[in-house]
Amino acid sequence: MKTLTTFLLRKTARLIILLAAVSVISFTLLSLSPVDPVSAYIGADMTRISSAQRELIAARWGLDQPPVTRYLRWLQQALQGNLGTSMIFNLPVLQVIGARFLASLGLMGLAWVISGVIGFGLGVLAGANEGSWLDRVIGFYAYTLASTPTFWLALLLLIIFSVSLHWTPICCAAPPGVLAQDVTIWQRLHHLVLPAATLSILGVANIALHTRQKLIGVLNSEYAIFARAQGETHTGLILQHGLRNIALPAVTLQFASLSELFGGSVLAEQVFAYPGLGEATVQAGLRGDVPLLLGIVLFSALFVFTGNLLADLIYQLVDPRIRLGGAT
Amino acid sequence: MSSVPLPPLIPAFAHPRERRFGNRRRRTLWTIAFCLLLLVAVFVGGYGLGEKGLQTALTERNQVPGLDHPFGTDWLGRDMLTRTIRGLGLSLMVGLLAASISAMLGLLLGTLSATLGGKVDLMITWLIDLFFSLPHLVLLILISFVLGGGLRGVIIAVAFTHWPGLARIIRAEVLQLKSAEYIQLSARLGHSPAWIARHHMLPHLIPQFIVGLILLFPHAILHEAGITFIGIGLSPHTPAIGIILSESMRHLSTGYWWLAVLPGAALLIVVKIFDVLGENVRTLLDPKTSQE
Repeated sequence: MKTLTTFLLRKTARLIILLAAVSVISFTLLSLSPVDPVSAYIGADMTRISSAQRELIAARWGLDQPPVTRYLRWLQQALQGNLGTSMIFNLPVLQVIGARFLASLGLMGLAWVISGVIGFGLGVLAGANEGSWLDRVIGFYAYTLASTPTFWLALLLLIIFSVSLHWTPICCAAPPGVLAQDVTIWQRLHHLVLPAATLSILGVANIALHTRQKLIGVLNSEYAIFARAQGETHTGLILQHGLRNIALPAVTLQFASLSELFGGSVLAEQVFAYPGLGEATVQAGLRGDVPLLLGIVLFSALFVFTGNLLADLIYQLVDPRIRLGGAT
Repeated sequence: MSSVPLPPLIPAFAHPRERRFGNRRRRTLWTIAFCLLLLVAVFVGGYGLGEKGLQTALTERNQVPGLDHPFGTDWLGRDMLTRTIRGLGLSLMVGLLAASISAMLGLLLGTLSATLGGKVDLMITWLIDLFFSLPHLVLLILISFVLGGGLRGVIIAVAFTHWPGLARIIRAEVLQLKSAEYIQLSARLGHSPAWIARHHMLPHLIPQFIVGLILLFPHAILHEAGITFIGIGLSPHTPAIGIILSESMRHLSTGYWWLAVLPGAALLIVVKIFDVLGENVRTLLDPKTSQE
């Protein structure tokens, strides 16, 4: 247990350094940006305010201070849990991120599980039948997916299932005109189907190819040959020796893929107008909501880090070969 | 290389596919030729088609794909094939530029990291980890927002987000080379570091670099399309693939499927071709698999 504590402490230290670095770099980039926050905030009404009023807004926001002072002020507030106010939503950034992430979590979680299970299954199928037509088909499918633009696939599904077949709704997370508290779970799921399907179909590729590779490795190993010599069947070999050895890398790979999942959800949410974190990211970027953008950048770093941490942790806890502070 | 005679590597009875299409080397050469042809076709075609297809022709609005307009026409009567080819040309240009810059960055930082070692190495590996710790798309949005969008913004954003993978590969390769026996031996024999770099290291790094560059290319195009699709990149008047697709979203519910399906499929095919090319070149350049 002691080793686990030191492991977690070390990871926490890394996380703090990471977040500090990300915040400093993003802050520097944003302060170098030619986009003027005052005009981004006011937008088309820019011609109607005088330069004195403009100065006033800049001074109120502390834009007249040098960047270092601004960063320290931001940091001081951020440490107290205040990431500022989002300009486009007119709400505290943390609140926006929290609410939006909750919506995205359902989408990403569903896609994550489905793509993991299907990808693993396809990988096992392909690996067990190496060289067969099934293997070729799965390989072709996985490699083609790697070249497919996420948003195009989303559009394709939308055209087929929403526009032509009318099976699924065309946008958003709930039917229009229904109050948020009246939306049933089935309505939510109904709206979730297509975005989740998009991300699942694309997420399959990586895990399927890796699982296939691992299974082929196991089946060609010496212990597999010995097991075969003792009369183990092909299926038995896969069930007894294969699955155990390939399940772990698959799980860790799936945890480490959170970064791509996040990127995919930005594009999928954009197509389906799904009000999740990805859509908020796009809005923040398009409309120059600097506090929100900064908050989301930090949050996404935290998100990816958590995924990698969980992958590490599972490895450490489950795999006896690299168990923390183990025999070696 | 070894004194024991090797068994013949080419089986007496070649696989039916080999008999029909030649061996991998020949097939790869054909792929390269085809890719170059495609590049030229897209570039030349984009200009050769002229402005005619891009002008609004209200009499020919919303036509289903047919003989006159293989990709159909949009709500302004513009020929979608012309727009798609123009868009692909732009995407290819952005992708080529961004991938080249990115690959150069990766090569430079990877080599520096491995050769200088110490603090520089720590700094660069930390930077690589830092880039991997953020989702690509978030970073792309951040950088192109900071640069105020535009073509320049997109190119820089894509270029600055794709180097870490290659840098990591190059660094590992150089580190491995540095400890290789024949290189140590060469140094003991009195060859200067520059001579070793030129004669022993470069032949190993160039294939890695070329493969890395080709494989970066599809990523760069996809990300360019993604960011223009979101609308942060280019102005809505540029006929980029991402913009064509994002415009088509507004006309989806009316059933004009061809606005989205065909340009996207064209993009997919172009990206896929370059992916296949990269994988083939990799197998060909890797001595372990080149004889298959």
